[in-house]
Amino acid sequence: MKFYGEGIAGVNLAELSGKLIVIEGADGSGRSTQIDLLRNYLENTGRAITNVGLVRSTLVSNELNEAKQGNVLSEITRSLFYATDFADQLENIIVPSLRAGFIVLADRYIYTLMAREIVRGADRDWVRSLYGIALVPQLIIYLKVSPGQLVERNLRKNATLDYWESGRDLGISRDVFKSFMRYQRLIQKEFSMIQTEFGFHVVNGNRAIRSVSREICAQVEEVLNREEK
Amino acid sequence: MSDTKKMIVTEELPGKLIAVEGLDGSGKSTQVYLLKRWLEMRGIKVFFSEWNSSVIVKKATSKGKKRQLLTPTTFSLIHCTDFADRYERQMLPLLRAGYLVLCDRYIYTAFARDAVRGCSRLWLRNLYGFVRQPDLTFFFNTPLEVALNRILSGRPQLKYFEAGMDLGLSADPYESFRLFQERIYQEYLAMRDEFGFVTIDGTGPIEDQQEQVRDIVARRFDLPRFRWRTQV
Repeated sequence: MKFYGEGIAGVNLAELSGKLIVIEGADGSGRSTQIDLLRNYLENTGRAITNVGLVRSTLVSNELNEAKQGNVLSEITRSLFYATDFADQLENIIVPSLRAGFIVLADRYIYTLMAREIVRGADRDWVRSLYGIALVPQLIIYLKVSPGQLVERNLRKNATLDYWESGRDLGISRDVFKSFMRYQRLIQKEFSMIQTEFGFHVVNGNRAIRSVSREICAQVEEVLNREEK
Repeated sequence: MSDTKKMIVTEELPGKLIAVEGLDGSGKSTQVYLLKRWLEMRGIKVFFSEWNSSVIVKKATSKGKKRQLLTPTTFSLIHCTDFADRYERQMLPLLRAGYLVLCDRYIYTAFARDAVRGCSRLWLRNLYGFVRQPDLTFFFNTPLEVALNRILSGRPQLKYFEAGMDLGLSADPYESFRLFQERIYQEYLAMRDEFGFVTIDGTGPIEDQQEQVRDIVARRFDLPRFRWRTQV
């Protein structure tokens, strides 16, 4: 494995025998459903799995959630808070799991974090360097779902659109629905800009759960077989 | 919105930033305190900022420290988050409002500590890329033994991270502290030229050091410009 940039201190890359697989996509893109199905599939074939996701660290996730509620963090502070959360999980969960030969399934990774910052006007180079601590995954699946479908799925599930997923802090529109649509388009545009560079495998998530899952499992299997050779 | 702006941190601001750096026990906190008193009594808009004091991030920092959850990278990031909070919400607005902002420790403390813990120096400099360089940085240069004696003669309770125990240099907190400080001192010396520190000999009498500090500040800045305009 390798790092995107400067990496983290004290990690011997040669020891990391596991695989890192990332699923990216907006809320309502079917990420969690697909991760559950993929986990079943992989465990069924005898592989050991660790799940990770954003804002789940022991170190700062509670504080981060609290601060999000009050919307009290300034831009750079919030970026760094997310990066701290990420780094904590990277060092305490991802790296040890990879060392133990597990497959790590990441429910979102640095790309969401970077895209969110960049559409909010952060300096691209700064964000890249910040996440230079991250490991390069063996596979990045990007579940692409049209903003129209996203709205429908989010409303069906929660009957409301999330403040942050609607980019309300950006003040793009006073109308929640319009704000959501425009924000999701901005994020998708950012993802299409970086998808080649980071080698995303784009999966059309507008389809039925089963056919999406079949595509993902096949892709994962191909990568694992290639890596095992 | 993909045409993102580059971070610009060299823009001229009405306020000025003065930082003091040096080892624990170098006397820098005493000196910056005296400088603050002097400026205040001259009716100057002055604000004093300490390293590690923001309320939002404090909970997470102390939890991480107590439970020894921190690795070099998360240690570095959480301190940077804390710094960013103070920087964005306090220091920067004050600088725009024409204050003299005094900092007891600044980003060089992070550069030194985190590099000793093994973080990449290049990554660290980029990490703090959103921050202005001070208009004046004093480095209180006290020989290692003198600084160590000032701190250790009282046999204080050294905290885990403060003593650099996480580096595994020694099982004895005092010995670990010594070795940790020695490495930090080397980092400071290496940064002196890179960042244009103004070195003050930290072994001289307190009053003499303060006289030098005040003299340099008075020559570097047009102090009357920083006076309060409003009458209380």
